[in-house]
Amino acid sequence: MTTRLIYFAWVRERIGKPQEDVELPAGIDTVADLLRWLKSRGEEYEHALQYPDVIRVAIDQEHVEHREKVAGAREIALFPPMTGG
Amino acid sequence: MAGEVVPVVRIQAQDFDVAVEIAGLTQGRADIGAVVTFSGLCRDEQGTLSALELEHYPGMAQAEIMRIAAEAVLRWPLQGLTAIHRYGKIRPGENIVLVVAASAHRQAAFEAANFLMDYLKSRAPFWKKEHRADGSKGEWVEAKEADAEAAGRWKQPRSQ
Repeated sequence: MTTRLIYFAWVRERIGKPQEDVELPAGIDTVADLLRWLKSRGEEYEHALQYPDVIRVAIDQEHVEHREKVAGAREIALFPPMTGG
Repeated sequence: MAGEVVPVVRIQAQDFDVAVEIAGLTQGRADIGAVVTFSGLCRDEQGTLSALELEHYPGMAQAEIMRIAAEAVLRWPLQGLTAIHRYGKIRPGENIVLVVAASAHRQAAFEAANFLMDYLKSRAPFWKKEHRADGSKGEWVEAKEADAEAAGRWKQPRSQ
């Protein structure tokens, strides 16, 4: 199943694209697994995801913790802590 | 009668008119005794900032503020609740965000508006980037620990 990854703010700038569609490899069960896998995809990902703990994640437009399962996700967004208001 | 209050949430590039938004909640009604509004504006940071660029996550921004507003409607006896958040380039002195809460008595409106802003700051998917007045490269605004703490305090049971 194809999953759409969406990036915002400095995560988007560092990765160098606003979104991409990926096939998640076997063994990616949780958000934490996804971040670890993405980080290994090249130096721009390494730069964006250097400190995975600060990365906030939403699955299908709802906030989730890093322990959340990614199975069935259509859209996973990665972004820095929010600064609206 | 509290109850079937459906919050109004708008995510938009254009400015809003605070008076129009208040009137939208109160016009034709005689049961509202309190209206609290909060407006957030862009500051110039002692002249160093020429604008803020607000990036947002379309769809989720609307959904998340609606979730927070729905929670406020459950927690306080409100008669109306409006939240508007702008995106795009916003210059010093311009509006960024508006919350309007209406209730029979003031405490509910004050608390609900405060709650909505605290949660919005730490959970609504918006990010601010600075444009510097001297033309140098602006940075992304960093999230403040104090904002996360401000949202956390609403997790305690509300004192009556």
